[in-house]
Amino acid sequence: MISLAGRDILHSWGKFVLTGMGLGLLIGATLTMAGVYRGMVDDAKVLLTNSGADIWVVQKDTQGPYAEASSIRDDAYRGVLGLPGVAQAASVTYLTMQVRHGDTDERTMVVGFEPGQPGEPAYLLAGRRLSRGHYEAIADVKTGFRLGERIRIRRHDYEVVGLTRRMVSSGGDPMVFIPLKDAQEAQFLKDNDAIISDRARTAGNPGLNRPGVPGLLDAVNAAQTINHSVNAVLVKVGAGDTAETVAQDIRRWKHLQAYTRAQMEEILIAKLIATSAKQIGMFLVILTIVSAAIVAFIIYTMTLGKIREIAVLKLIGTRNRSIAGMILQQAMGLGLIGFVVGKISATIWAPAFPKYVLLETADAMRAFAIVMVVCALASTLAIRAALKVDPATAIGG
Amino acid sequence: MDEGIRIEGLSKRYGAGDTAVDALKEVNMSIAPGEVVGLVGPSGSGKTTLLKCLGAVIEPTRGRMTLGGEVIYDSDDGGWKTKDLRALRRDRIGFIFQAPYLIPFLDVTDNVALLPMLAGRTNGASRARALELLQALDVAHRAKAQPSELSGGEQQRVSIARALANQPPVILADEPTAPLDSDRALAVVRILNQMASQYQTAIIVVTHDEKIIPTFKRIYHIRDGRTVEEAGEGRDIS
Repeated sequence: MISLAGRDILHSWGKFVLTGMGLGLLIGATLTMAGVYRGMVDDAKVLLTNSGADIWVVQKDTQGPYAEASSIRDDAYRGVLGLPGVAQAASVTYLTMQVRHGDTDERTMVVGFEPGQPGEPAYLLAGRRLSRGHYEAIADVKTGFRLGERIRIRRHDYEVVGLTRRMVSSGGDPMVFIPLKDAQEAQFLKDNDAIISDRARTAGNPGLNRPGVPGLLDAVNAAQTINHSVNAVLVKVGAGDTAETVAQDIRRWKHLQAYTRAQMEEILIAKLIATSAKQIGMFLVILTIVSAAIVAFIIYTMTLGKIREIAVLKLIGTRNRSIAGMILQQAMGLGLIGFVVGKISATIWAPAFPKYVLLETADAMRAFAIVMVVCALASTLAIRAALKVDPATAIGG
Repeated sequence: MDEGIRIEGLSKRYGAGDTAVDALKEVNMSIAPGEVVGLVGPSGSGKTTLLKCLGAVIEPTRGRMTLGGEVIYDSDDGGWKTKDLRALRRDRIGFIFQAPYLIPFLDVTDNVALLPMLAGRTNGASRARALELLQALDVAHRAKAQPSELSGGEQQRVSIARALANQPPVILADEPTAPLDSDRALAVVRILNQMASQYQTAIIVVTHDEKIIPTFKRIYHIRDGRTVEEAGEGRDIS
């Protein structure tokens, strides 16, 4: 038996392929939206993995350092280091800020870390690690910085000595790593006018500028300009110890909040990315409905254009199921072309997105199944119209 | 007379009560195998209704129809004798329309071969049958062409081949020459006569076409749902 659907597609393949391509671009957008969500989740996981930590120690009753502000003393790591099972512990700071690059500002997350300790970027694409105590930086390639370039953070210039990748904040801002002391200073560094104003205000306070206490004013001024806070302490657990046990000890004895890798992942993915995920989910639902409407409309229009032929086919004895099959196969064919075009399109344009887009095979398989089901459902309207065609309409008046 | 198709007391009423319309009233017809008859009448006289009843696409209100000696409809005995009217149309009735209505996405061969395929014959046998008919109708050289590539006359010949594909005992032709000029119209009638004779098929030609009416040996005039049989001129067009 002749494949009526196949012949019809071959007969008007140009129209069919163009329609399929249009649908494909829509499916490509849908796949990309799913990829954006997967990319966010993957970025979060990579961020945790590349930090090299097993436990994140943050301010009590907070979910820092990525999900909310956390501030702890910069000597807190010493107490943590003394606990059993802790192999390494180091302070880190995180601060989202604009970094001056040439004539433009780049939005980045500036990370302060101690070289050789947890928090240091796991690997470099190019360049070297920090070797000096100040004014060197390692940047994620997404910043667009190049080796040897100078960038300005607050009032200081930093030389980019290394490049890393896949180190972005939960908001998608690429990271710039600088020495911890520089980062602490950058967090609270005021402009010169503000410093002069603060000093004058302190000097004008008789309680802080007593005539009989030399050096008090200088001490107060020094205390105001030095920052002893960090956002978190990253802990590496020794071999043979579990992160959960060590985290429990930290919570009990140090009055700090400690999160294991699994808990931090939960915070990042289930809480921080949750709203974005819902947003993307809504887009996916809308795009799926739009795709279904388009397929239904196209197939319906194509069927209406063949009403006379369908009447003739029915009159000469073609079964209803053959006609329904023809329409269904065309809808599925359209879906198949759309899916192939969509997958190729998404693969081509995904790397051009500013944030990481992860196209997973499992998502593609799911999308294929959904596209086929949607196309089958969308064809029902056209099938209904075709089955209602009276074969008598093929005969005269 | 051997029976190609026989109609006895066929009536068709649309609607009911005060608004009822009797489109056909006690129509009687009989066409022998190999015979071509004309069915003529003004618009609204009941031609199309009669064709639809004969074509098993609408059910008559009353009467009896016999096809190839077999009763296919009897209002006094339960109506249609088969539930599968689709198969009845496919296997036992051929249709030729005013416009050829060829399936635009099938080539000429497959337009003709589709019917035997629908009847369950193999693709090879169906295409062989199609080529045989296309040859008989002198359009075999266009076997691989698409319908849109054919002239009006060629398209009509292909539609005649399609109507003959399952060797039906009767062919219903609805204004088959309407879109054609005189020469082509007469050519189509000549072909219908040849095919009727060659395949022993009864052919009923519904027409308004004054050019072809004189070619019929027998004509049924239909007016207000009633038919009157009269002898035609039977002009020789061979």
